[in-house]
Amino acid sequence: MVDPITVNTNAGETLLRFRDDVVHDEPAVTLDAFLGQTNATAVRLEAGDDARELLPHLGQIALVEISFPTFRDGRGYSAARILREAGFEGELRAAGDVLVDQIPHMRRCGFDSFAPEKPVDAATLTKLLALYPQPYQKAADARVPVWKLRHG
Amino acid sequence: MYRYDEYDQSIVDARVEEFRDQVERRLSGALTEDQFKPLRLMNGLYLQLHAYMLRVAVPYGTLDSRQMRMLGHIARKYDRGYGHFTTRQNIQYNWIKLADAPDILAELATVQMHAIQTSGNCIRNISSDQFAGAAADEVADPRPWAELLRQWSTFHPEFTYLPRKFKIAVIAADEDRAAMRLHDIGIQLLERDGVLGAKIFVGGGMGRTPMIAHEVKDFITADHLMSYLEACLRVYNRYGRRDNIYKARIKILLHEIGVDAYRDQVEAEFAAIRDLGIDPPLAELARITAMFAGPDFASDAPDSVDRSDPDFAVWLDQNVAAHKQPGHAIVTISLKPIGGIPGDASADQIDLMADLAERYGHDELRVTHAQNIVLPHVRKADLYAIWTALRDARLAEANLDLISDIIACPGLDYCSLANARSIPLAQKIGERFAGRQRELGELKLKISGCINACGHHHAGHIGILGVDKKGTENYQLLLGGSGAEDVSLGKITGPGFDEDGVVDAIERVTDRYVALREADERFLDTYRRVGMQPFKEAIYG
Ligand code: HEM
Ligand code: SF4
Repeated sequence: MVDPITVNTNAGETLLRFRDDVVHDEPAVTLDAFLGQTNATAVRLEAGDDARELLPHLGQIALVEISFPTFRDGRGYSAARILREAGFEGELRAAGDVLVDQIPHMRRCGFDSFAPEKPVDAATLTKLLALYPQPYQKAADARVPVWKLRHG
Repeated sequence: MYRYDEYDQSIVDARVEEFRDQVERRLSGALTEDQFKPLRLMNGLYLQLHAYMLRVAVPYGTLDSRQMRMLGHIARKYDRGYGHFTTRQNIQYNWIKLADAPDILAELATVQMHAIQTSGNCIRNISSDQFAGAAADEVADPRPWAELLRQWSTFHPEFTYLPRKFKIAVIAADEDRAAMRLHDIGIQLLERDGVLGAKIFVGGGMGRTPMIAHEVKDFITADHLMSYLEACLRVYNRYGRRDNIYKARIKILLHEIGVDAYRDQVEAEFAAIRDLGIDPPLAELARITAMFAGPDFASDAPDSVDRSDPDFAVWLDQNVAAHKQPGHAIVTISLKPIGGIPGDASADQIDLMADLAERYGHDELRVTHAQNIVLPHVRKADLYAIWTALRDARLAEANLDLISDIIACPGLDYCSLANARSIPLAQKIGERFAGRQRELGELKLKISGCINACGHHHAGHIGILGVDKKGTENYQLLLGGSGAEDVSLGKITGPGFDEDGVVDAIERVTDRYVALREADERFLDTYRRVGMQPFKEAIYG
């Protein structure tokens, strides 16, 4: 999906979603709580949490929310890729200090939902997402890297 | 040399557009300075004491004459008529207006250049050996690998908000001309059983806690280089410290958890990702390598040089190195005239160097980490004509690797973090030793205006560090560092000095060296043999 759908949640959050399934409305629990009571289906990872601890349980998880305490903290990008590389297909949400200029990279790392603290400008986002015709690297999205275009 | 295809060009063009939009949003107030800062930094735009500074990338230090002329054009049109070549083989302009920056990037893009990731907490410009493709001692040209890394690291989606900046160097010879082991990742190409691969060193760096990179991987072949490096970076991105900017470099992570633990984590990560199709096919490296095939050298170029002009002969012995091709030579153009600003070149000098490259040098130039310029492929028969043209442009200082070939950071004249000035001190040292520098032989002197070590003072045979002593500028002296294959970190001699005092102290050190040296020992060799004590005595009496 190229352009996001804006959704207002019951909790009063504005979400930008790049998926058209129904928003998962079970509140996300912390990693510790999740590992202690394994019937939860939504988890919130803090920036320092180890995403790999979720890997044995991916089948039961519908939503992983990854927190960005400041836009400078890039740990969540790795967490997202780790989950996608392990085959996670549920909703992957970036929450917190998420800036519009960061969303294209986050998309490439596998995020498909965004809960930015401060609203992002939709027109700017649309423009940014369409800006780069192709990426240099293979990442967690479906975009085809330049080397693949060159060599098939 | 590498040439962009339509894909490379479209990416660089898109970057210009993106940055233009970001600058517009900043000027309109839609972005705060705090939000704009990481965006502009990712594009090499710093705010200095007096103006914006723009750092333009020169990937692995290689340029053609058209690109070099563009650098001169930018100096003339948007700056004050000069540029500053840096220790990471880039060029900086010190007097840039924010509103001009997008136009500068657009002009650069017309000659396949950019300022992408020349600052910020991301993977920076990949540096390499300035003699690549010309050196007699290399197993291969390292630049195709560096170009592969450039593409991989450009807008890497996972590694754009690292704990701290990340610097990578690639070399392919035993002689290390790129300070490889003082990089976050150092890569040395070598051949094993007929296969070219890379040895990977991690955790080097300067700054306030200098460290030499550790060997982390003995040998990795090209088909898994990217996935291995992603593993190295991912471990750092996840576990590097973010609580303290001074402890955020990867060297601190390795220091705290130990090399073996780091290596184990990287291997675990590598095992998880190596088969995910992250690595480009070998055909991509082959495509790039073909572009670095190098010029067709004349096989009958004469090998002898007329040395009858004594000034020319001095320069020839000092600044000209052996080329792998008979009848050819490598010229290093010194940007360190006595009394000048190390690394600065005027627009006219930049144009002249471009002309010489075009006329005599198969259209190639290199920037060195010691802030000089190299013509890597010239015929010996043309050396005299080249020298004459350089001399007329004040570019023929015969001081490569001598005490006046100083690396110096911008220091207090430009930099808001500085404790002390670097440039005037470099000028004084050059003037003091100009007459006897040849007698002193190879002596690498490096000056930083503060503990951040932009001027590589830890790696100087003689290093100088500017410190603040109760509000006055003060200089500490270090001895015994090296950024080459015999890498080591300098040690502080003792109490610091004022500006004239440090020049006097260096004189006492060099006098003692001359008295102690055996045979053709360099200063560094003598220091390593006799230790600090005799020099301490000479300095402090
Ligand atoms: C004038 C503006 C500049 C500022 C504010 C600045 C700032 C810094 C800072 C804060 C560091 C320490 C980073 C760390 O240890 O994590 C650093 C390191 C460095 N800078 Fe600069 N710098 C400036 C100019 C330059 C210039 C002109 C050069 C090249 C000639 C340069 C080359 C370097 C190098 C080589 C390092 C050492 C990297 C390492 O620790 O491995 N810098 N700079
Ligand atoms: S070493 Fe210090 S004074 Fe020199 S440029 Fe770097 S930050 Fe500025």
